[in-house]
Amino acid sequence: MILERLTAVFVPTHLALAMLIIALFLAFARLLRGPTLPDRVVALDLVSTLAVGMMAAYAVMTNQPVFLDVAILLALIAFLGTVAFALYVGKGRIP
Amino acid sequence: MSLILRTATRFLLPLLLLFSLFLLLRGHNSPGGGFVGGLVAAAAFALYALAFDVAAARQLLRIDPRQLIAVGLLVALASGMVAWLAREPFMTGQWSYITVLGIGPVPLGTPLIFDLGVYLVVVGVMLTIILSLAEE
Repeated sequence: MILERLTAVFVPTHLALAMLIIALFLAFARLLRGPTLPDRVVALDLVSTLAVGMMAAYAVMTNQPVFLDVAILLALIAFLGTVAFALYVGKGRIP
Repeated sequence: MSLILRTATRFLLPLLLLFSLFLLLRGHNSPGGGFVGGLVAAAAFALYALAFDVAAARQLLRIDPRQLIAVGLLVALASGMVAWLAREPFMTGQWSYITVLGIGPVPLGTPLIFDLGVYLVVVGVMLTIILSLAEE
């Protein structure tokens, strides 16, 4: 039972979280360096998507389905900021 | 904005409003509540304003968001005054049970009405800010 939980929950979720954190650092590096504004906007969108993934992995890890609702909410809302950025980049208000 | 965003908004707006109602209704016992629900509903209308334009969002809302603030405050005040009818201090929760076929007794109380007031106030405040900023 304990071994089953270790292989089915503990190891995969920790592995997934570790990879997500590495991806988060890489996305953050692109956010800081990104030569142009669209690069930064896409990096910001990626960060919010990675946060959704981290919440889902954390929900499995802690066996708390409540975190999944937060992930749904963030997934529904997060692209709103990207759309707003795209609107202003398209209008040419931000150099 | 683009046709893709407009089409996606037509599907996302009902979904976001449904999710905001879900957050509002279960807020008493689980994470959620009037505040978060109101924020999600305001985000839904903000998305509509981005995809179409601000005038379309105002027309979809039907009422001026400032009126929503006043209505929400009155609803919250009324939920507190219900306790006076039972000769109890202001804002004491009053509960009644309604039997729904197939589910059993469902507790209904004044905290839900208070949450509804908070929901309306948050939607009104957020939309007043967002729509007037977007109109500039």
